[in-house]
Amino acid sequence: MRRVAVIGIGQTKHGKRNDVNYPELVYEAVKRALEHADITIGDVDAIVTGSMPAPMEGTNDPQLWLTDALGGYLKPLMRIATCGSTGISLAHSAYYHVASGLFDVVMAAGMEKMYENDPQGTMTTVAEPFYQRIFTAGAPGIFAQQCNAYIHRYDIPKEKLREAAAEVSVRNHLDALENPYAHIRVKITVEDVLSSPVISYPVRFLDLCPISDGSCAVIFASEDFVRKAKIDRVAWVRGLSYAGDEHNFGDKDLVNWESAIKAARETYRMAGIENPIKEIDVAEIYNPFTYQEILYYELFGFCKPGEGYKLVLEGAVTKDGEIACDPSGGVLCTNPIGASGLIRVAEAALQIMGEASNQVDSCETALAHAMGGVNQFNGLMILGR
Amino acid sequence: MKDVRVLMGHISLAYQWALSPTDARFFDELRNKRIMGTKCPKCGRVLVPARKFCPRCFVDTTEWVEVSDEGVIVTSTLVGEKLRFEGQPIEPPYGLAVIKLDGADVGFSHFIGGIDFSDPEKSMEKMKPGTRVKAVWNEKREGKITDIKYFKPLG
Repeated sequence: MRRVAVIGIGQTKHGKRNDVNYPELVYEAVKRALEHADITIGDVDAIVTGSMPAPMEGTNDPQLWLTDALGGYLKPLMRIATCGSTGISLAHSAYYHVASGLFDVVMAAGMEKMYENDPQGTMTTVAEPFYQRIFTAGAPGIFAQQCNAYIHRYDIPKEKLREAAAEVSVRNHLDALENPYAHIRVKITVEDVLSSPVISYPVRFLDLCPISDGSCAVIFASEDFVRKAKIDRVAWVRGLSYAGDEHNFGDKDLVNWESAIKAARETYRMAGIENPIKEIDVAEIYNPFTYQEILYYELFGFCKPGEGYKLVLEGAVTKDGEIACDPSGGVLCTNPIGASGLIRVAEAALQIMGEASNQVDSCETALAHAMGGVNQFNGLMILGR
Repeated sequence: MKDVRVLMGHISLAYQWALSPTDARFFDELRNKRIMGTKCPKCGRVLVPARKFCPRCFVDTTEWVEVSDEGVIVTSTLVGEKLRFEGQPIEPPYGLAVIKLDGADVGFSHFIGGIDFSDPEKSMEKMKPGTRVKAVWNEKREGKITDIKYFKPLG
């Protein structure tokens, strides 16, 4: 298997983007990624693209419409759909393409235009129609249940967890102020979070991500290409893994969440990581919900089960702490879903390149992660120097 | 003020989702107020709703098992008044839960009802994980998951 590097990153300004149509939004990200890599579309051998369920934008098989904006003319192109984890799946697929030796330069591009539809209505339709759909109240209804299972399992002091979750929201919002591409860029306080309305108990308005329009493109290349093109600014892919759970919501353990644990374990093994909190400098965790970010600390082995809130309250997950979590402001402040997982990879790679807008000093190892479905899929990628 | 223009549209498509014999038997039994699972011959788990095969062992289930219409809440949430979307089945606020029915080995998703939802904290206390619940059946049953109106907290 060949070594694979990220050589270029492009993001749109995320937010409500009705100043562009869907392909123009994607074109903006793709053009920036090519400029960042200092290559032309002619250098790109293949394209992998993906978004959430197509009804979100009301154009089925949207890659047909988007081919032009992806620079896909006369190139191999495919669409990948793994719900919220689409973005990390795109990165994985681009990696597979290049690592296999079949392609030298592959572009992954994710996108979403969530303001064009009723996103919670669309997301509810990811559940099968016989037994579960009517009990799927958009994304908040799903992940609020995971949170309550988590509190119950470890008997976590509710007030402490609530305070930690509010801190997570405040930190992500502060970090997003440093990120010119972020959607939500406002300073908030713990009190603001705790007094915001309950959306699905215990998840409050400021515990959850926005809906966003946006796109992200990341260019992956072989070591041969990196040497030939004399590219000195790269982030190498050191490990990756992906795992899925059953579709039935009640089948899986939402707390000791096996797909997340297995994907992390295999990613660490491939990257040679034994003590994640010590060895990883930046973790771009997929965090559409404050509580979920905290649970992921545990699933990814940053701390013991039931102790995630302590990491927050001890200041271990800030930019100056032991492991900087989501210094980009995370999904919590920017969520064009089909791009969200790929933005995690993009931000992790920028940290390795030393070019992140909220740069962590001497970042050598960065983790990117995304989650998808009705608590169903998890994928990770480790990038390094 | 920027001149923002949008093209309005709507997509509405009808579907006919085929019920397998396993689905059909599960729904037929709901008419009789019976909740049925199927048992995996390999791991021995009783899966509810009934399935043709076990997703973990990847073998056909071999035995139908009736489970109780009572069980324990594994997890739950109160869908708040502000969480509204197209296709929502009922007006929020309402309760959602994963319930481990007595005799089943996996959770079963359904509504929680029969309690006052006006105060989020108080209603969550009545339907928190660990609470025992019992199915409240619709008088008129048509072989759908909604033949169970909701699960009501006991005691």
